[in-house]
Amino acid sequence: MNPALRARNHPGYWAFLVHRLSGILLALYLPAHFWVLGLALHHAARLDAFLRWTDQPLVRVGEWGLVLLLAAHFTGGLRLLALEFLPWREWHKSLAALAAGVSLALALAFALAL
Amino acid sequence: MIYAVHSGLGAAQILERTRGNAAWLGFYSVFLLAVVVHVPIGLRAVLGEWLGWRGASRDAALATFAAALAWLGARAILAVFL
Amino acid sequence: MWRGTAEGGFRDYEVPRQASQSVLDVVTYIQRALDSSLAYRFACRVGMCGSCAMTVNGVARWTCRTHVDQVCADGRLELAPLANLPVIRDLVTDMRDFFDKWARARGRFEGRRTRRDDFERVAPDSEARRQVDAAIECIGCGVCYSSCDVVAWNPDYLGPAALNRAWTLLRDVRDGARLVRLRAVAGDAGCHACHTHLSCTERCPKQLSPTAGIAGLKRAAAAAALRGEL
Repeated sequence: MNPALRARNHPGYWAFLVHRLSGILLALYLPAHFWVLGLALHHAARLDAFLRWTDQPLVRVGEWGLVLLLAAHFTGGLRLLALEFLPWREWHKSLAALAAGVSLALALAFALAL
Repeated sequence: MIYAVHSGLGAAQILERTRGNAAWLGFYSVFLLAVVVHVPIGLRAVLGEWLGWRGASRDAALATFAAALAWLGARAILAVFL
Repeated sequence: MWRGTAEGGFRDYEVPRQASQSVLDVVTYIQRALDSSLAYRFACRVGMCGSCAMTVNGVARWTCRTHVDQVCADGRLELAPLANLPVIRDLVTDMRDFFDKWARARGRFEGRRTRRDDFERVAPDSEARRQVDAAIECIGCGVCYSSCDVVAWNPDYLGPAALNRAWTLLRDVRDGARLVRLRAVAGDAGCHACHTHLSCTERCPKQLSPTAGIAGLKRAAAAAALRGEL
């Protein structure tokens, strides 16, 4: 492992990194998502062509990735709200693990529903 | 998302779910509002800490981005609701 | 070991391994037997003062309380001055920023009573006093400040130690500067810049949790803002 990361190898830090990276990726994704939906306004044919493109397996994996990103960012955010607004308790430090578990479960549910 | 994917992602299937659906309109409008407020605030910290970008120009850029998100999102909502 | 100022480099030294040896012993040996020009700080050498804090294998630690066995897997150690602070020379850092930020966070007690008033009653088992007690043992060693990435990324960030001290004062019933202090610690450079990495809590040699105190400051600042007090 990179020495800078090795010095930061504790759960709180990984939770932060996952939260920040998932946030950045979601922030890049959302304008694209809105634009595609907006295609329905004047370019229904283009929307359909685009959506047929999304039937490809690689794009399916991408969709699953998006659900994972959203679940990770959302559960990570709930963890932060708990840490900041609930009176501090020792077990709060385990919330990172809990958030990771819940987000993976959500992503799995999505994958299985396919 | 699970519901949407299960019901189908073709244009016709999406529009069948969203056209004239007031509940969907309400839900997605709240989502859009949350996004327009939350995303720029989050990016502000990232830009300042990882790119060293601070000051008025950063906030102006983010306000522009927020406006763009709002416009694209509102357009998307209308596109599939009306 | 790092030699030089901000400009400089790592130099190799060979130090005899003893059966029971702290990293401070290693530094002391180098200065006494190998290179008397080495600059480093220490005082009590028994884990009470925090002066000997340095970066050992990338991690900020008290060198007097770090056994060589704990950190030296392959017979090699990397020693550097504390991160996030200007280097004066070799292993010695300029702690002025650290303490200036302490002052900027209003990290000093401002009492409301005089010698003519009666004593303030502080219930030791009250929620407020227990929160203060959990955070009060900070001796200003700089390990948390040196471990914090937000300090590295945001030069104005007040840092975990200063904010932790502000928290203890906020919860002290005797202190009279509540709003002034909240204004000092709320904002871009204050408690809201903390992203809960928990590196400070992970590294504090006194097992304090500045993150807990900073979370408390966030709550207090949010409540005060909602009440229009800030």
